[in-house]
Amino acid sequence: MNKRSKLPGLLTWATLLFFYLPIILLVINSFNMSRTGGSWGGFTLKWYGQLFSAREIWHALRNTLIVAFISTAASTIIGTTAAFALHRYRGRIQDAHYFLVYTPLVVPEILLGISMLLFFVALKVNLGLTTIILAHITFCISYVAMAVLSRLQDFDLTILEAARDLGANSWTTTWSILIPVIFPGIMAGALLAFTLSIDDFVISFFVAGPGSTTLPIHIYSMIKRGSMPLINALSTILLAVTFLAILAYQIISRHNRPKED
Amino acid sequence: MTSSRRRLWAECSLTAPSMLWLLVFFLLPTLIILAIAFKPADPSGGIAEGWTLQTLASLRNPNYPEIIFRTVWLSAVTTFTTLAIAIPIAYYIARSKPWKRDLILFLTIIPFWTSFLIRIFAWKAVLHPDGILKNILVFCRLASPDTLLLYRPEAVLLVMIYTELPFAILPLYAAAEKFDFSLIEAAMDLGAGRLRAFFSIFIPGIYSGLLSACLMVLIPSIGSYVIPDVVGGIDSQMIGNVIAQRTFVDRNLPAASALAAVLTLVMVIPLIYFLRVKKTADKSPTPAKEVV
Repeated sequence: MNKRSKLPGLLTWATLLFFYLPIILLVINSFNMSRTGGSWGGFTLKWYGQLFSAREIWHALRNTLIVAFISTAASTIIGTTAAFALHRYRGRIQDAHYFLVYTPLVVPEILLGISMLLFFVALKVNLGLTTIILAHITFCISYVAMAVLSRLQDFDLTILEAARDLGANSWTTTWSILIPVIFPGIMAGALLAFTLSIDDFVISFFVAGPGSTTLPIHIYSMIKRGSMPLINALSTILLAVTFLAILAYQIISRHNRPKED
Repeated sequence: MTSSRRRLWAECSLTAPSMLWLLVFFLLPTLIILAIAFKPADPSGGIAEGWTLQTLASLRNPNYPEIIFRTVWLSAVTTFTTLAIAIPIAYYIARSKPWKRDLILFLTIIPFWTSFLIRIFAWKAVLHPDGILKNILVFCRLASPDTLLLYRPEAVLLVMIYTELPFAILPLYAAAEKFDFSLIEAAMDLGAGRLRAFFSIFIPGIYSGLLSACLMVLIPSIGSYVIPDVVGGIDSQMIGNVIAQRTFVDRNLPAASALAAVLTLVMVIPLIYFLRVKKTADKSPTPAKEVV
C-alpha cells in the first residue's frame, strides 16, 4: 500500500536518455558516409581524414591550448590566494572580496564578454590572444577560488595549531600541512579552469581579434558555414578527450576524498 | 613589527591579487557599460569623443519590447519546465542505492563538462530538415515532409531546457540528499496521499535548493545568445542576439552597451528578489524541521 511511485525513476532514466541521444547520434554520424546524417550511407573515416588535413583547425587548437595553459596557471594561483584570504579572515574587506569573487559566477557570459570588449576598446588595447587570456583568467579565478574554498571548509584548521604548538614555524605548517591537505581542491580548481577555458566560446568571441581564433570560435564558424560531417568528427574527438579527463578527475578525487564513516 | 600589523599585512598580501584583478577586469568593465551607453558611436566601429543621449534614444526601437518580452518569456518557461523535470529526478537520486546514485550523478555531470557548442550542434543535427527526427516523424506520419523543426522558438526552448537541466539537478539533489525521508513516511502514515506528502513535505524541505536551482537556470537563460543564434530563427531572437548583432554586424558599440545595460536590469530584478528570499529561507527553519 505504501509502495513508492515508479514515476520519478522513469523520468530520471528518460532524461538521461534525452541527455545522451543527440550526442550518441553525433558520434555515429561522424562515421556516416551520408552528409546530412538523416540516414546511414555506409561506414567511412574520410571526415577524420579531412579534419587532420585542415590547417586552420591545428592553428585554432594551438591558440586554445596556449590560452588554456596560461590562464589556468594564473587563475589557479590568484584563485587559491583568494580562497585562503576568504577562509582565514573576516570583516568588511572580505565581504567586498567575496562579492567580487562570487558575482562573476552568476553574471551571464554575454555580459562579461561585452563589458570586457568595451573595456579593451576604451583603453585602445589591440584585441588578440592577450585579451582572450586576460578575460579567461578573470572568469576562472572565481571557479578556482570556490573549489579551493570548499576544500578549506572541510579541513580541520586545529591541525595547524597543533603543528605550531609542537614547534613548527608558519612556513613549515603552510608547506608541509596546509598545501598537501588542500592540494586536491587546488587540482580540482585548476582542472575546472582548464576545461572552462578550453570550452569557452561567448567571452572569447567578444574579445578575440584577427588571427586569435580558438577552437570553439572555429567550431562556431563551422556550425554557421555548415560543414556538418567535419564538426561531427571534431566533436567526437573532443568528447573522447573530455570523457577521459572526467574519468581521471573522478579517480583522483575519489582517491583523495576523506573516508566517510 | 607588531603581530596585528603582521596579520594585516598577511591579509592584504593574500587578498590583493584577486581583489585588484577583479576590480580592474570585472568591476571596472561592468561600470564602463553604463558610461559607454552615453557615448556616440565612431563609424569605424570604435567609441567617439563627447557625450550624447542619442544611444539611449535608440532603445525606443519598436522591435525591442517584443524581444525583451520573448527573452523573459522563454527564460521563464525554461526555468519552470527544467525545475518540474529536475525535482522528481533529485527525489529519485536521493532515494536510490549508493551505486545507482553515483552512476546517475556521474551521467549528469558529464554533459556539464562537455562543450556547450557541441551539445547545441548535436541538436541542430537532430532537428535538421534532413535529420533523423524529421525522418522518423515523417515516417510515422506525425509531420508532413515540409515541416520545419529548426529555426523556431520551440527549438530554442527545447535546447535551452536540454542545456540547463544538469544545472538544476545538481543543486536540487544537494538539497534532497539532506532531506529526512522518514518525514514523508510519517505523513503517509498519518493519512496523507503520495502527492500531498510530496508537495507539502518534500518541496518545502528542499526550498533552499529550489531557489538556487531557479537562479542557476533563470540567469543564464536570460543571457542566452548561442542557442537562439544556432537553432532559432528571426522570430526567436533574444536580447543577447541583438547585443551580438550591434557589436559584430553594425559595429555600434554604444548601442550594444545600452542593450547590455537593459539586460543587466532585466537580470538584476529576479536576482535581488531571489537573494532576499534565500536569505530569509536560510535563516528561518524549514517547515519540515518544524514538524519534528
